[in-house]
Formats: sequence, structure tokens, C-alpha cells
Amino acid sequence: MGAGTAGAAFDWKSPAMETRRARRYAADRRLQWYGIIAIALALGFLIFLIGTLTYSGYKAFVQTKAVVEIDLAGKEIDPSNLMAANWRGILRGELRNLVDDLPRSQEKSFFDIFTSSSHFIVRNTVIADPSRLGRKSAFEIPLSDPLDQLSKGEIDRETPADRRRVDDDQIRIFDDLKAQDRIIRPFNWELFTSYDSRFPELAGLRGALSGSFWALLVCFLISFPVGIAAAIYLEEFAPRNRTTDFIEININNLAAVPSVVFGLLGLAVFLGWFGLPRSAPLVGGMVLSLMTLPTIIIVTRAALKSVPSSIREAALGVGASKHEAIFHHNLPLAMPTILTGTIIGLAQALGETAPLLLIGMNAFISADPGGVMQPSTALPTQIYIWADSPERGFVARTSAAILVLLGFLLVMNAAAILLRQRFEKRW
Amino acid sequence: MNKMANVAMVAPAAEISASERTAKFRGRKVCVHYGEKQALFDVDLDIYRNEVTAFIGPSGCGKSTLLRCLNRMNDTIENCKVSGEITLDGENVYNPRIDVVELRARVGMVFQKPNPFPKSIFENVAYGPRIHGLVSNRAEMEEVVVTSLKKAGLFDEVRDRMDEPGTGLSGGQQQRLCIARAIAVSPEVILMDEPCSALDPIATARIEELIDELKQNYTIVIVTHSMQQAARVSQRTAMFHLGNLIEIDETDKIFTNPSNQRTQDYITGRYG
Repeated sequence: MGAGTAGAAFDWKSPAMETRRARRYAADRRLQWYGIIAIALALGFLIFLIGTLTYSGYKAFVQTKAVVEIDLAGKEIDPSNLMAANWRGILRGELRNLVDDLPRSQEKSFFDIFTSSSHFIVRNTVIADPSRLGRKSAFEIPLSDPLDQLSKGEIDRETPADRRRVDDDQIRIFDDLKAQDRIIRPFNWELFTSYDSRFPELAGLRGALSGSFWALLVCFLISFPVGIAAAIYLEEFAPRNRTTDFIEININNLAAVPSVVFGLLGLAVFLGWFGLPRSAPLVGGMVLSLMTLPTIIIVTRAALKSVPSSIREAALGVGASKHEAIFHHNLPLAMPTILTGTIIGLAQALGETAPLLLIGMNAFISADPGGVMQPSTALPTQIYIWADSPERGFVARTSAAILVLLGFLLVMNAAAILLRQRFEKRW
Repeated sequence: MNKMANVAMVAPAAEISASERTAKFRGRKVCVHYGEKQALFDVDLDIYRNEVTAFIGPSGCGKSTLLRCLNRMNDTIENCKVSGEITLDGENVYNPRIDVVELRARVGMVFQKPNPFPKSIFENVAYGPRIHGLVSNRAEMEEVVVTSLKKAGLFDEVRDRMDEPGTGLSGGQQQRLCIARAIAVSPEVILMDEPCSALDPIATARIEELIDELKQNYTIVIVTHSMQQAARVSQRTAMFHLGNLIEIDETDKIFTNPSNQRTQDYITGRYG
């Protein structure tokens, strides 16, 4: 090798140099491959997850129903008091017309083909559309869970009768109805519009969606202003001493605390001391805001730090006070980043299950929760409840609910990314 | 104090003899410490009304530090301590009862790198008068904005695009916008911290012309690295070195016959 003095040149083409260079390039390529493999693995797991969920859950997005003509003419129905009519009797009478000669012994298993609250469904349809009174019209009645599973091919007809959930008579009648073209499988809108139920064919996410919405709203309303105010204080007003350092360390640690602990806190303080109603989205929102707060504080501080100090100096130079410089200049410029971080924090809060379970948001709610103070469920806790349920129909619905939750997370994170791209570096 | 200020701003730019000069700023034994390190040592100087005073000296000599003391911008720096006395029209600038916000409106500042707000040109100039409550309606505001832009020599170039962002202008135009922004709050003094160092020669020439016009109505203190600029633009020049005020005198005298050897060395390019 040359000694580096003026005029002495290195031999760049020597074999030793060539080998060395080749090894360096090889290291480059290896690094690239590591990256590709890592991404492939991550994507692979993601695809596997979504794939298995979709495979097990797609059937929950359709519901098997029977089309039954019901003639309401001549039935004892008081139009001014539709709730009081004998819908059960009316319905059963019409259903019997579907089969010839139904022996008494088979009656129960016949009516079990249809969901147990089918007469309420008929009643509600008529209440919604009173023109159906006095005439014959078609009603769509969901089948009960065992028949729903049969229709979707989940039940093997070959298994012995005593180990099957549907007996031979039910299968025969089902096939008959199918032959009459009475069996339809429309999209299961009830998954989104109905409340929870013991029966999978009737169960929906409406209560959970409402509970999650209220909880997230409360979370946002608490954590957003408090988080931003705390960050502004720490960034602009706090003196640089040990107390401030102590506060900062604790806020950063708060972001790492397991969510279960926040649930215990909510249980002890919000439910125990404050006496707030159990299972209410208000309490859920308060607990979630404790978790989102550190995220928002950290993001806001980083955003404020990244605003060029020249703008602040310019504002102060014109005679702006400290708060005017912050609110008229620093904060608006930092806002896009803050919003992005907030959306991501809220998306995380949406999926938190442990704290909500501890404050009781896994109540069984089969009617409208009605608001922030009423017992309610949330999406993740609803998934937890359904995952625990024995009925076959809930297996598919659990996966479907998970897909709905993932869908919301995707939308929220996509919104955050779009926001960030749109407002990147405006100065 | 206020009456004197009004008279000074309204009077035409007649030649003011040395004896008639009134000191706008007076500094006595000014020391500045950044934590343990001392940046200015016992500075005594006078800055006279309706004149351009230039601070020159090599990098790190404390000229920007002293400039930033005049409108208390050094308050924004964590461990900066200022001792001694700096008076504006006889009133101590560092008196705790002084309203810093009012001080910074009376003593405006233009920075080295043009820093217009990321708002429209109109809003840039209107911001100061708005927060200080200097105007009461939209018509008055427009008048103030237009007058300031005219005084800064920018109005003709931007009259058709007052709603466009200030950051879309060229470097020289941005700096003139910053000058207009400072003028809009009717200051008595304009401090300029190397205002032309980020600009090309033509833009620099325009700003130097502007400074010459502005001195009729404002007191100007300019920190500059360029001795030629100081010679062209100022009436008095202060020479700094390592935190000490070496010499302060009429610009002509400093550049032709300085009293101090160090000044002589710096001017002739022996160092710095």
C-alpha cells in the first residue's frame, strides 16, 4: 500500500482491493436481503392473520332466512294496538301451512327451525310498515343458529343423529323449504343494526359500536385539551429543574404502563370513590383517556419542538406575549402533527380490552344503552364476550367482529397518514 | 418622554449638529453572562436619535448579544444574565416594572435570516397592530398595512398579491416584509441583526437605501460583518472585540483615522 505521501498512489486495481470491495458490496446486498425478509415475515403474519379471520368470519356476514307469506287479513289485530296482538299464534298458524301433516311430536323441532323471537320480528316489521295489515305479504324470518349453520355447510349430515344439533326431521323440512326456493342468504345488516342477544342469529354490534363511540368521544374530550395544555406547559413555561425532570420521567413511564393497571385504577377510583355507574362509557372513556394522555403529551412536545424558533422570535420581536406566540404561531403550525398523533392514540384506545373489562364494560346489553351513563359494551369487550359463547354461530361472529374492529383501525390510521402527508412542511 | 418621541419623529431630516443630539439608548457598564461564560465586559455607549449606529467586529465579539439586550430578546435565553444599566429615553430597560411587550413594540427587530410568518403578506404586517390594539377597524388596518409596506419599499411589488403567503416572496422581498412588519407597530427604534447577510448584492443595495430613508423617522442600530456596509450606511460605528467595546466614534473617523490599534488592524483586514 502507498504511504500517502504526495505522488505515491494506491493500487486500486489489485486483487486484494477487488476482493475487499466485493465483500463490501456483498454486505450491502445482505443488508438489503435482511430488510426484505423482515418485511416479508411481517407481511406474511399480517396476511395470515387477516386470512384466517376472514376464512372463519366471512360466513357471519350473511344470515340464512326463510321467506314466508303471511296473510294478515281476517286475523284478530287491533291496528291501534299492534303490540298486543297474538303474533306468536298468527305466525305459527301460517308456518304450519308450509308443511303438510305436521305430527304433534315434531312440532317443537319444526318451530325450532326458526329463530325463537321470530314473532317479534314479524310484529316489528308490521309496526314499521302498517300497510301490510289486511293483506298477504312476504316476511323474511331468520332461521335459528343450528339451521343457519346447516345452510352454511358447517354441519356434517353424516354424523349420527344424537350427536348433531339438527335432527333428521329438521333436515328434511329444510330441504323442502329449499326446494320451494324459500331459503335466502342476504347480507347480514343485522350484524350492525341489532343489539347483543343470546341467540347468534339475532346478535349484532350496535350496542358495542355505540359504547365504543361514546367512550372514544369522552377519551378525546378529556385527553386532547389536557394533553396539549400539559405539553405547552412543559415545553414553554416549566423551569429547567429537577421537579420538571421528575414530571417528564413519570409521563414517559405512564406510556409504558400495562393497560390492566389503568383498569384497576378506574375500578378503584372512578367506580369506588367517585361512585360513577358501572359499565358506563363515561368511565370507559375516562380510563382510556388516562392511557392516551401520555401519547398526546409526547407527540405535542415533539411537534412544538420542531417548529422553527425563528418564527417564535419573529413573533416576540413584534411584541407578542408568550401565550400569543404559542397560540397564534407555534400551535397552529404544530397542529397537523398533533392531530396525527392523537388519531393514532385514539386508534390504540379503540382496541384496548383489559381496562374496559375491569370496569365492567362487558355487560350483556340487549337494548339501547341510551348514552354515556348507561351500562354498555365496547367493540373489544363484545368480541371477548362472543369468543366465550358456546354457540357455533358466535364463532363466525367473533371473527366478523374482529374484522369490523380492524376495519375501523385501518380507517383511522389511514386518516392519520393522509393528514400527515397533506400538511407536511408547510413553511 | 412621549412628547419628545413624537417631536423627533415628525421633525424633517435637517442636519443635526453633534451638540443637539439626544441619546436614545444609553448603556453604562453593561455586562452579559451566559451561565459561567461572560460575553460582554463593562460596555459604555450612547446611541443617538434618528441616526444609524453600526456595531462591527469579528465573530463572537458580542455585538449581537448587545443588540439583543436593547429589546430584551435575551430574556428568551435560559441562563443569560444582564447587569449594568441600559436606558431607553432615560428609563431603565431592565426595570422589572417595564412592560416587555410594550418595549418590543417600541424597539423593533429585523433578524439575520428573513422570517416572515407563514401567513399572507397582509396578515404578516397586520399581526403587530392587531395584538397591540393599535387600530380599531378594517379600514384603519388596511391603511396601516399599506403605509408600512410603502415605507419598506415593498408595496408596489406586492399590491396585487396581498393575500398570498409571505413565504412565497424572494429573499430580499421577505426581508423588506419583515422590515414592514416591524414598522407597522410604529416603533421608535429598529434593531437590525445582520439583515443583509443572507441576501444577494442587489437586494442588499435596496435595503441599504431603505435604511438611509428610514433613519429620518427611526433610530437604527445595525450589526454587520461587512465593514463596507457599515461605512456606507452608518453615522456612528462601534467596534467590538471579545466582549469589549474597543472604540465608538463617527463613522468617518473610525474608518480613516481610528484611535485604537485594534480597530486599525480589523479595518485593514489584519484579522477578523
